[in-house]
This record gives sequence, C-alpha cells and structure tokens, in this order.
Amino acid sequence: MADPDLAQKDLAPKDLAIDVRGLTKRFGKLTVVDQVDIQMPRGQVWGFLGPNGSGKTTTIRMLCGLLKPDAGEGTCLGFDILKNSREIKNQVGYMTQKFSYWEDLTIRENLEFVANLYELKNSRQIVDQTLETLGLTSRQKQLAGTLSGGWKQRLALAACTLHSPKMLMLDEPTAGVDPQARRDFWDQIHRLSAQGLTVLVSTHYMDEAERCDQIVYIAYGKLMAQGRVDDIIDRSGLYTFVAEGVGVRDLMERLRGEPGADHIAYFGNALHVSGGDLDRLKALIAGRDKSNVHWQQVRPNLEDVFIHLMTSAVDNSVGV
Amino acid sequence: MSWLHRILAILTKEFIQMRRDRMTFGMMIMVPVIQLTLFGFAINSDPRHLPTLLYLEDNSSAVRSIVSGLSNSSYFDIKGQASSAEAGTRALQSGDVAFVVTVPAGFTRALLRGDKPDLLIEADASDPSAASNAIGMIDQTVQSALRPELKGEWAPLNQTDPPVNIVVHRMYNPEGISQYNIVPGLLGVILTMTMIMITSIAMTRETERGNMENLLAMPARPWEVMVGKITPYVGVGLIQTGIVLLAAYYVFHVPFIGSPWIMALGVGLFIIANLAVGFTFSTIARSQMQAMQMTFFFFLPSMMLSGFMFPFRGMPDWAQAIGQIFPLTHFLRIVRSVMLKGSDLTAMWPNIWPMLIFIVVAMTVAMMRYRSTLD
Repeated sequence: MADPDLAQKDLAPKDLAIDVRGLTKRFGKLTVVDQVDIQMPRGQVWGFLGPNGSGKTTTIRMLCGLLKPDAGEGTCLGFDILKNSREIKNQVGYMTQKFSYWEDLTIRENLEFVANLYELKNSRQIVDQTLETLGLTSRQKQLAGTLSGGWKQRLALAACTLHSPKMLMLDEPTAGVDPQARRDFWDQIHRLSAQGLTVLVSTHYMDEAERCDQIVYIAYGKLMAQGRVDDIIDRSGLYTFVAEGVGVRDLMERLRGEPGADHIAYFGNALHVSGGDLDRLKALIAGRDKSNVHWQQVRPNLEDVFIHLMTSAVDNSVGV
Repeated sequence: MSWLHRILAILTKEFIQMRRDRMTFGMMIMVPVIQLTLFGFAINSDPRHLPTLLYLEDNSSAVRSIVSGLSNSSYFDIKGQASSAEAGTRALQSGDVAFVVTVPAGFTRALLRGDKPDLLIEADASDPSAASNAIGMIDQTVQSALRPELKGEWAPLNQTDPPVNIVVHRMYNPEGISQYNIVPGLLGVILTMTMIMITSIAMTRETERGNMENLLAMPARPWEVMVGKITPYVGVGLIQTGIVLLAAYYVFHVPFIGSPWIMALGVGLFIIANLAVGFTFSTIARSQMQAMQMTFFFFLPSMMLSGFMFPFRGMPDWAQAIGQIFPLTHFLRIVRSVMLKGSDLTAMWPNIWPMLIFIVVAMTVAMMRYRSTLD
C-alpha cells in the first residue's frame, strides 16, 4: 500500500538522509521486518508508527548499524548501512526505548563519558554547556538513576545530541512521559530540526504523529503507508461516520460484524464507524433507528486509518 | 481447604518457571552428576603410580630387586634413569617426577657386609599429602624386596631391621607443612573465582540494564570495549595477589625462594586467562544470574581437578587430561614451584605454554561471540 507517488523518487540520493530498499530482518523463522523501503529527505521530522512488535525498533536498529539486515541495501546519511556502520554511528544520535545511560553514574559523568567516547574536543565546555541548557547544572552530581522519567528522557536526548549528529533516531522517546514533558520534548525536536537535523521518531501517540512532517506506518514487518498525515488519510479509502446520542452505548455490540462496518471505536462518547465501502456503510446506517442517535459523516482521523491499515495487514498476512 | 489451592497455584507456577530457566535446571541436574563423577571416580587421596627417577651408581641383583619391589608396590612408576644427580634434582624441581631414588656407589658391597648402606629417596614434598603414603611404604617395600636376595650366608642380615638405611629427603617442604601447599594454591583459587565472576557479571549487567545497546550505538570498537572493561579487573587481580602473597609470607611463613619475575609472569598469564573466560561467559549469559552459574560450572571442576584440593597424580588419566585444560592446574604448579622450589623459567615452560594456548582459544571465542551488533 506504500504509494509510489509519494516516495521521494525525484530527489537526488544525496538529499536523502535514509535511502533503503528491501530491508529485511528475520529472527529464526519469524520475519520481523519484511522488504521495507524508506526514502527520507534530509532535514525533516518523520514519525515512525505501528502496533507493538511491528518491527519499528528492529528497523531503527538496522538503520543505525546495530543489527545486520538479512536482506536489503541502502544508505543512511550517504553511508552504506552494511559496510559503514562506524561512520553512521559517528553521525547518528540514537536514543533507545528504555533509558540506557548509566544509572550508577552521575549526570555529569554520563555526559563526560559520552563526550570522551566521541572524542569531542573541549568536552568539558560542551558538557558544561549542555548541563546549562538542560537546567541541570545544580544537579550534575546526582546519580542518573535517581532522576524522574521526564528528566531521564531529557538527559538521554542531551547525551545523544552531544556529538552534534546529523540525524537523530528516537525510539519511543515519550513513552510514559507526562504531557507537559512531552510537549517540551517535541518543542526541542523541532528546534533541532530547524538547525538542520533529520529526525526519525517512533511513537504510539497520534497527536505526536501529527507533529511530524511525514509518517511511516509499519505493521507486522511490512510498510503499510508512507507520506504526510493528510495524504495518508486521503489515500486510505476509508469512510467514517460518527454516531452521537444516548443510544450510542448499545450500538457498538449491534453493529459489530455487520457488513460494511469494518471498524468501530469510541472517541469520547461518540462512536466512529468506518468502512472501505461507502454504499454498504450508508445502507447499514440508513437501516438504523435514528430517534436517539445522531449520525454524521466525517473525515476519518489518523487512528481510524491506522486501525484500518493494521487490520488489512493482518488480513494480508493471513492471506499469505 | 482454600489454602491448599493457593499453595498449589504457587507450586505450579514455580515448577513452570523452574522448567523455563534451563540454566538453573541444568545446574540442578549437572552439579550432582559432576560431583558424583569427580568425587566418585576422579578423586583419590591415596595417589599411586608416582613418577620416579632412578640414579644408580651401583647395579646388582639386589639393587634390581629393590627397583622392582618399588615398582611392584604400585606407588612408584619407574620412569627411567637420571644421567646425573643434577638431572635428578632438575626433574624433581620441574615437577616431572615425584621421587628420585639414588643408590650410591658401593651399595651392594656395603649391604652384604652388613654395613646398612644409605638408600637415598628424594621426594617432592611441596604437596605433603601427595607423597606421604608412598614414603610410608618405602621401608617395608625395600625390606621385603631384599629378603629373597639375602639368602644362605647373608640370611642373618634379614634379621637386622632393616638391612639398609633409608634416607628420605622431603624436598621443598621438609616439615610437611600443609600451609606451604595450600596458601600459594589459594591464590589461584581466589583469582579464578573473582576474575571470572567479576568480569562476566560486569559485562552482563550492561546487557541486562540496556547499557550495551547504547554503548554499541556509539563508535567504540569491540576490542576497545573489551580492553577498557577488562583492564580495571587486572588491577583488582594484582591487588588480590599482593594481599595473598603478603599474608603467605608474613602470616603463614611460606618461603619464597624463586624469582619474583617468573611469579609475575605466571600471575599475569593466569589473570588474563581467567578474564578471557569471564568475558566469554558474559557473551553467552543473558543475565547476571546466568553469569554466576557459568562461573560456578567452571570453578567447581577446575578447583577439584587442578590439584588444589586433591593430589593431581592421584587422579586417573582421563581426569588428569581434563585437569590439564584448566589454567588453574598450571598456575598452581608455577606458584608452588616458584615459591617453594625456586624453579627457573625453563622448568616452568611446560606450564606456561598450555596457559598461552588457553588464552588464545578463550580470547578467540570471546571475540567471535562478542559482536558490535545486537544480533
């Protein structure tokens, strides 16, 4: 379903931060990432979405040289992902899903370690400056393990940008972080992007997906969609009706399994009923009692589309 | 009976987890098997067939009877004749033989004259328990070997008890002090335990906490990580060595007559060998718990088969062959020889090259297992 129209075909390879084709990774018999193509221009912020276990982390790890792909080829920042993993590591900042800095080192010691490993000149100044920017100068001697989730995440971001990478890969950086910290975090992402950094960030949050220039949706190891949020919604071929009113609570069970209603989900106290076939969906709704339910066609939101993509991915994989 | 249901629920869960944790399960089965095998078949506190060298300045049927008597006692395995007295001492010093039997010139004549000539037995007593039973058997063995020889006119000599004067030199540890043997050996045991355990745990801790993924995402090469992580523990090992040696010298009064340089070489090689094992384990173990268990798996046989707890020569050939693999076996010989016997580098070479081979193999395995990717 990855639409070729929107792949950056007309871009020269040098303008692409990531340019991979047929990326595949198997663990035993399980194909975790299956023939994934990504062409991502430099300087953009891309969201990487997909259900749990869909291969997001594995893809990111392959892109930054932590895992060897079983098949596929391509470049990251112009370096061959199979051969030049050291060069890639030097220019990419990778933030792991789980906090992976040393909890038994202080904030300062962690930053100094990273700075020294990248052989940064003036590492002392850089660390001082970073602590200042983070607002952690007064707490620099605190052990990293004693920081709260939000602070750990800020420290991790600071540490993985310490060596001024050209690209950031963030693996679910905002999981378990409060909304205020998430907002601050995204402000920072866009600040970094404005400085020319390319950012690939995996997330489960739809509001975060909408903050990205483009998104990549991957399910069960397969690339399902790639492009701008609006385009993905437009191209989904999905029609959504919203039902509101007192009768909505009973509606879900009754609509489930009816022809035409592919996906039904609550959003607040309204029910989203979506399907790929407009006529059948209309017919289904027309036959309903409208005395205590108000129906209205709306533009599907990203979540409707993702649920749809995910279900069709299941159908596809079962079909195979 | 609801308490029974709850206990049963917990019991069931415990069994399921026990079955899943293959390593622990394997250990519960393997440890008794290993111990039964080692204690049941390998370990023998009454070592026989100890290699013995002869230095004969006199050869007669009486001397031949003594030699075959020693051989028949099953305690002494005659390995041949020494070309000189010095050659005998060297063989003893390098640990090639456990005994040197010297028959001085004029022995037979003096024997037949009833002069009770000296029969010199030099024993490597650096491990007192290994030599003691054999030494205890000598008087009786020699006497009964000579009995058929002393017939007719010499029959009365059989009454004298015994007809020869057996002089036993307990070399390197004349008083048979067991601390002389145990304390230097302890150094090897302590280093094995801590070096392997500390390194394997230090490495798996990073994997367990997710630090490793981060470290690998940064531009450090595998060997750089390996050297950087192992070096501090070399320091720890040296401090341990210092403590044990000081205690050996000042507290237990163990002599140190050999070269500190050969000692340093032995300690260095041994520490590296153990660290390489620890590093290899850390690339296999998935948790700190597993690293501990693997350390134990290595430590147990290496302590029992190295000659630390039981005399090496008391073990059957297959157990000795396994024992030869462990660096501890060779390290123990080096430490004891250098401290008690003052052995030189040439004498120690047979114990140095096996450690070198061990290091090369363990390092290769470690480097092959350790990758700069997460695969």
